[in-house]
Amino acid sequence: MSLRNSTNFRFWLLALLLVFQSSLLLAQSDSDFPPIPASPHLVNDLAKTMTADQVAALEAKLVDFDKTTSTQIAIVTVKSIGNYEVAQYAVELANRWKIGRAAKNNGVLLLASIDDRKINISTGYGLEGALTDALCGRIIRNEIVPAFKTGNYYDGFDKGTDAIIKATKGEYTADPVVDKEEFSIGTVIIIIFIIIVIIAIFSSPGGGGGGGYMSGKGSSFGSGYWGGGFGSSSGSSWSGGSSSGGFGGFGGGSFGGGGASGSW
Amino acid sequence: MKSSSIILLAVLALLLIGGCMTCNVQKSLVTLDENAKSKWGEVQNQYQRRADLVPNLVSTVKGAANFEQKTLTDVIEARAKATSIQVNPENLTPEKLQEFQAAQGQLSQALGRLMMVTENYPQLRATEAFRDLQVQLEGTENRITVARKSFNDAVQQYNTQLRIFPNNIFAGMMGFAQKGMFEADQNAQKAPQVQF
Repeated sequence: MSLRNSTNFRFWLLALLLVFQSSLLLAQSDSDFPPIPASPHLVNDLAKTMTADQVAALEAKLVDFDKTTSTQIAIVTVKSIGNYEVAQYAVELANRWKIGRAAKNNGVLLLASIDDRKINISTGYGLEGALTDALCGRIIRNEIVPAFKTGNYYDGFDKGTDAIIKATKGEYTADPVVDKEEFSIGTVIIIIFIIIVIIAIFSSPGGGGGGGYMSGKGSSFGSGYWGGGFGSSSGSSWSGGSSSGGFGGFGGGSFGGGGASGSW
Repeated sequence: MKSSSIILLAVLALLLIGGCMTCNVQKSLVTLDENAKSKWGEVQNQYQRRADLVPNLVSTVKGAANFEQKTLTDVIEARAKATSIQVNPENLTPEKLQEFQAAQGQLSQALGRLMMVTENYPQLRATEAFRDLQVQLEGTENRITVARKSFNDAVQQYNTQLRIFPNNIFAGMMGFAQKGMFEADQNAQKAPQVQF
């Protein structure tokens, strides 16, 4: 067992070294790719090309699409990608962020490098059939580039995502949200159970001192529960409610290089 | 009696340890070997996808008035040569891989020249059919890059495991050999400057 561990350890050490080496050879480093934001969004206007209202409008549309179909369309704008080829950069970024659901690989990344005037649509493995390269090329040429040429990035992204949504609509359906349901039913059952227990404690006939002690403890336990327990459960259900209006995070999709690029 | 039983025990222990080690080596190498083979399948798929696009591209380009015949025949010949070289996943030797890469590289070059020549035919480039094909070709090249990279990663893992002690002793006996990898293109060495 220890022998196996030590060889494993050595293997990983070597593999790690080799990985570092190969990443150096390819001149690809982590600092070249923006990390996933702490609170993930589908619209990441890092180059600040749109107003807050425009970003919010796009985000709302894409989050809604993610909710109803589980297909994740992400928008990222950067200032410059240097010497990277836009398609290579986009695939690497999309795989790092893991846009789309793991089992379906249904992510799309729209990447615009503003100073380089380059745009790319990358499709996850699962969408290569619905959103073919040729179709991506047409969306770029006919929807996005004309708007970008006039400097109206919002318009380009809006029309581009509309076209992508239209093409991918029937492809996947939303994930069943079983977890949340179970969670809330479970909480309700626990709350009911505890209410019954509390009622039982209060209504149970007790002796003078013991009863006082019991009721004192019971009430503090009860108020603690109502204050903290119920508060937190309502809090979490509220935050659950508000997160149903927001983006829940990227899901583990992977990309194999499908899509199209263009410039304006 | 006593010393002989100790020797017997020691031999048994050695056999057990050796057996365990070979078993472990075998298990990890088989897994990595299969992984590399499946990644190779993906590489060949994507190259095949590109080869399948070529006839379409050629017939579309042919439609353009007096298109340079030489570039077209170059592409057709390079395609024929590239598709004739298939590498069996059981036999991914460095030599075989180099041969494969060279043949596919020739097709890449011929296609690159073809695309360059089309710059002189703006009418052709304006057609929807040509634009779609161009995008498809680009997408296929991107898929090839991704497939090659993940194949290289898989082979690197396998080759590394193969060279580590004690695997290097047992692997040869069990018929595992080093696999070849794709060499990086020259332009992959440039240092990029990225700004978010």
